[in-house]
Amino acid sequence: MIELDLTVVWAFVIAFAVFAYVVMDGFDLGIGILFPLFPGGRERDSAINSVAPVWDGNETWLVLGGGGLMAAFPLAYAIILPALYAPLIAMLLGLILRGVAFEFRWRDPAHRPWWDFSFTLGSIVATLAQGITLGALLQGITVEGRSYAGGWWDWLTPFSVLVGVSLVIGYALLGATWLIMKSEDRLQEHCYRLARILGPLLVACIVLVSLFTPFLSEAYYRNWFSFPRVLFAAQVPLLVAIGAVVFFVALARRWEYWPFLSTLALFALGLIGLGVSMFPYVIPGAVTIWDAASPAKSQLFMLVGASVLIPIILIYTGYSYWVFRGKTGHEGYH
Amino acid sequence: MLEQFDALLLARLQFAFTVSFHFIFPSFSIGLASYLAVLEGLWLWTGREVYLRLFKYWVKIFALAFGMGVVSGIVMSYQFGTNWSVFSDRAGPVIGPLMAYEVLTAFFLEAGFLGVMLFGMNRVGRALHYTATLAVAVGTFISAFWILSVNSWMHTPTGYAFNEVGQFVPLDWWTIIFNPSFPYRLMHTVMAAYLTTALVVGAVGAFHLLRDRINEGARVMFTMAIGMIAVAAPVQIFLGDQHGLNTLEHQPIKIMAMEGHFESHPDGAPLVLFGLPNEAEGKVDYAVSVPKLSSLILKHSLDAPLDGLDTVPREEWPPVAVVFWSFRIMVGLGMLMLLLGATGVVAYFRGGLYHWRPLHYLALAMGPAGFIAVIAGWVTTEVGRQPYTVYGMLRTADSVSPLEAPAVAASLLMFIVIYFTVFSVGTFYILKLMGHAPYTGEPGPEREIGPHRAAGITPAPAVSPERTIGGRSSEVRT
Repeated sequence: MIELDLTVVWAFVIAFAVFAYVVMDGFDLGIGILFPLFPGGRERDSAINSVAPVWDGNETWLVLGGGGLMAAFPLAYAIILPALYAPLIAMLLGLILRGVAFEFRWRDPAHRPWWDFSFTLGSIVATLAQGITLGALLQGITVEGRSYAGGWWDWLTPFSVLVGVSLVIGYALLGATWLIMKSEDRLQEHCYRLARILGPLLVACIVLVSLFTPFLSEAYYRNWFSFPRVLFAAQVPLLVAIGAVVFFVALARRWEYWPFLSTLALFALGLIGLGVSMFPYVIPGAVTIWDAASPAKSQLFMLVGASVLIPIILIYTGYSYWVFRGKTGHEGYH
Repeated sequence: MLEQFDALLLARLQFAFTVSFHFIFPSFSIGLASYLAVLEGLWLWTGREVYLRLFKYWVKIFALAFGMGVVSGIVMSYQFGTNWSVFSDRAGPVIGPLMAYEVLTAFFLEAGFLGVMLFGMNRVGRALHYTATLAVAVGTFISAFWILSVNSWMHTPTGYAFNEVGQFVPLDWWTIIFNPSFPYRLMHTVMAAYLTTALVVGAVGAFHLLRDRINEGARVMFTMAIGMIAVAAPVQIFLGDQHGLNTLEHQPIKIMAMEGHFESHPDGAPLVLFGLPNEAEGKVDYAVSVPKLSSLILKHSLDAPLDGLDTVPREEWPPVAVVFWSFRIMVGLGMLMLLLGATGVVAYFRGGLYHWRPLHYLALAMGPAGFIAVIAGWVTTEVGRQPYTVYGMLRTADSVSPLEAPAVAASLLMFIVIYFTVFSVGTFYILKLMGHAPYTGEPGPEREIGPHRAAGITPAPAVSPERTIGGRSSEVRT
């Protein structure tokens, strides 16, 4: 009994790490995606300054997601990572290209356009790869015994690319709405315009992916439409609709915080939708969270630390955001 | 079969390449984080401006090195799964939690306080800023603690059992974390990081003393570095010796390879200084050796018997030549570090630390020695663990992911191209920063990055971007 509880708890802890990662690194990758649309100089500097003190902490959630998966669900880690080899390696290389750009672009003004390009390229590649990874996982992985048994291009399908592109649009919207909060004047105006384009695009992507998913496998269809699950599951699209309305109203009325928060809510609902589709499988149709779970002794040992440390981490991460609160300065740059 | 072998070899090359590149940055930033904490502490304590100046000088270099360490480190946390999936499945229940603890106790701590350390000096007050600097320094040490515990467990696994599907499962966490080789490896590696940093600081100090022997910042950093080397080099040699004795106890085959002992020596083994290991014939060609010295070092007795590789089946041998040579590179550099420290002490007592140019040239030449020694030591211990990932329990050949060779070849090529491009440029930027002498009023954390309503208070237009920390202030606030 305790084993079962721990495993479910860990599934939620990892889902939380993934969500925390999307909340924090989503806007920061989104700024990279939108970067070429901002004129060089003031707008770019303000945009990148708004994430420079926090990007490193944001990416740590990705490491926690990966490390936590290995520790709590080693079998899932051992099957998923080789199956999604190419997109994951691309993501890692993308994160390198964008991560170094934060420091390098200030060190070398003569080559700043190069590092700005590297920042954008890395952000797009990393985001696309994350989306493709998710899409390919949803679509299913060939498993034999305790290992991956497919080829190294299995991940590439129209569906996985659709999820990849959707995530690029979604992160770009997070970036634009983050900058609506953190900037003023021209950059903010620019971001309002971008959000008006990206918002409807994201809603369209959510609809497309949602329509596609239940038909990927019979299990997903059952998970969404069988009674009584449908009573719970039906709330998700309803809340998405509400979230989308809030987003468009906020944009029209120029509330500065709500566009970002409602976009985050859409991401949270997407993650819940993912849970509805997959639970209790971690590899759809093949491996459940209990199949993949590490022994109770491993999960318990980590849970003791995680339950103390994650709240502390959230407190000092919050503190760090608070220290750098307010609009990103660009005033006086006349 | 051949294809399988190729994929394995490529996966090993890829791991060796990415981990060696990654290791360079933390081996510098662990020491540098502590050095920065010492500098800021001295400044707060004595109020001497030169310490603040040096803090601001080195913190800019730290930001670059740390950033490169972070991005190359994220790669490592995924490489276990992408390329060593069987190892991850089997060993995950034991080493996974330790790595999760590294993330929770170290990575978040470092990342959370780095922003404040780099950009927050005026915003949070001295005490809080110093807390942030200390948090980063402590974080780097905690990180070393966990990851070296994991690594040591792979060398000397204890406290586990196997379950029905063949996974290592934990029995006792204390025994797992404090496995037999861990205390020795931790001390030896952390001391290596301190030495590496001291050598770099000493080389930068020497470089500026050679050009301007009255620069106060250069004098202070050179003195501090030479003092550190003089103490740390002999301590490190002692720790290395202890680590070696521990290895003899738990991984004697690795010692046989390091020593080049193909044959057993029932009455006192010679210390092979140099020679060419010939694995095919099982002997060292052109060996230059000192009789019985190896037995004296390893067994503290001239006539103590030592077994050789002839007592071990060939399929248990690590690649002897690699281990033999990397060990000699590490030890040779260690001796040169001892020489540098001793020369510095002699110069100090003859009043010539700032005036004796040969010492400065020696210190300058030794600047990169720490990095080379760290990598060589790492190669010695890791290649010496072969042919196993978990020593004696799980073979490397059985640990690898079921990937096709072209997939691994393509990724290896991408890693090589991107690492060499990005990290060479980063190293160039670090060298460029080191090329400037520290000067009075060295700009730094107090001229801050953008997100700041009180912008425009500090008159910063005269400061060039590259001189500010992260270069941001003048961009944003002039």
